[in-house]
Amino acid sequence: MNLVTQIKYLLKKEILLEWRSKYALNGILLYVVSTVFVCYLSFKVTPPTVWNALFWIILLFAAINAIAKSFMQESKGRLLYYYQIASPQAIIIAKIIYNILLMILMATVALVFYSIVFTNDVGDIPLYFLAVILGAISFSTVFTMISAIASKANNNGTLMAILSFPVIIPLLILIIKLSKNAMDGLDRSVSYKEIGVLCAINAIVIVISLLLFPYLWRD
Amino acid sequence: MMYKSWWKILASVLVLYTVVGGLLINVPTLPILHESIRNLYFHVPMWFSMIVIYTVSVVYSIKYLNSSNENHDLVAVESVNVGLIFGFVGLTSGMIWAKFTWGDYWPNDPKLNSAAIATLMYLAYVVLRSSIDEEQKRAKISAIYNIFAYPVMVVLLFVLPRLTDSLHPGNGGNPGFGTYDLDSNMRLVFYPAVIGWILISVWLMTIRYRIRILENKNNQIN
Repeated sequence: MNLVTQIKYLLKKEILLEWRSKYALNGILLYVVSTVFVCYLSFKVTPPTVWNALFWIILLFAAINAIAKSFMQESKGRLLYYYQIASPQAIIIAKIIYNILLMILMATVALVFYSIVFTNDVGDIPLYFLAVILGAISFSTVFTMISAIASKANNNGTLMAILSFPVIIPLLILIIKLSKNAMDGLDRSVSYKEIGVLCAINAIVIVISLLLFPYLWRD
Repeated sequence: MMYKSWWKILASVLVLYTVVGGLLINVPTLPILHESIRNLYFHVPMWFSMIVIYTVSVVYSIKYLNSSNENHDLVAVESVNVGLIFGFVGLTSGMIWAKFTWGDYWPNDPKLNSAAIATLMYLAYVVLRSSIDEEQKRAKISAIYNIFAYPVMVVLLFVLPRLTDSLHPGNGGNPGFGTYDLDSNMRLVFYPAVIGWILISVWLMTIRYRIRILENKNNQIN
């Protein structure tokens, strides 16, 4: 099988498994909704800067919880089976794509629910949505590789958070800046620089993941 | 002996020279900075050394993945340990300098925040290492994290501060050191200081590396 077919099958398997149990999906969606509600009850009204920052903090923690599972839930025997039938690149790409899809769905639901509960004026809604999509993609690319690393070390949640926070902060700074620009309704040409750097970092992270994962999965 | 250790002698001479020269040689009198400009000779070389030694660490991590040679892993981890020391000294000297020139120990400046986050990244590397018991697995996984984190650190230290306003020279439209505050007298001390401290950091790393090798030998059962 070539790489593309392998990725297609692996991706189909991820989605099918998730669809059968719906555990992760429902769990994460409920997690986002309840966190938003907790924040609403504690803040009631927020100034725009806090509104933006709070949204990204909620998404950050939801993303860590969602993606941490991507390698940990696989049993050792099943991993061995994948390694015999698929190439490591196919496995990591399929995981990244699946996590991107999951995160985009989650971020969209979070954004809709968040803007219903907290009323706030976003100046440039399409650009804000683009920032959310870019954020979801960035979280997925970085956390997928980190969760692969963390799953090889003692499998605990603390390690996942410790390892991923310093790596995600630079991306998060850019995303928060981009979404703030969108909130203020600034001219779109102001944000091109942030979008460019974000895409560049994501490309670098994906390339490094592809190079490093073959070393990681051989035990 | 001279043949092998000339660079250690060079490092000691350069650093001694910059300590004496840095405190005695005339500096331009500038508002706000005054005599604290001398901190340039000590604060800035810390960052140069830190980046060089982290780069050494990544190079040896890549070498380890290709060779599975335990010694390469030792070089990588000891480089990170030395880099952390230089990072902490750089942060402290910068904080003291900031208190006297910008009025706060921690002004909200992208360079400060980036440096702190880079330090967190390497502290996470140390924690990751201590969480795995099996030596070869530990070496491999920490090498992978090291290579994964390095490009992000480069973006953090070199790209992000240039996108925002910063109190540091050379960022956010501020002119760099070279343009007005670094006169030829200061260059005479600053460049040797950078080379001297980089050599010192490599020297520290080799000492720690050799101690680790001796410890490993001691622990072996013959």
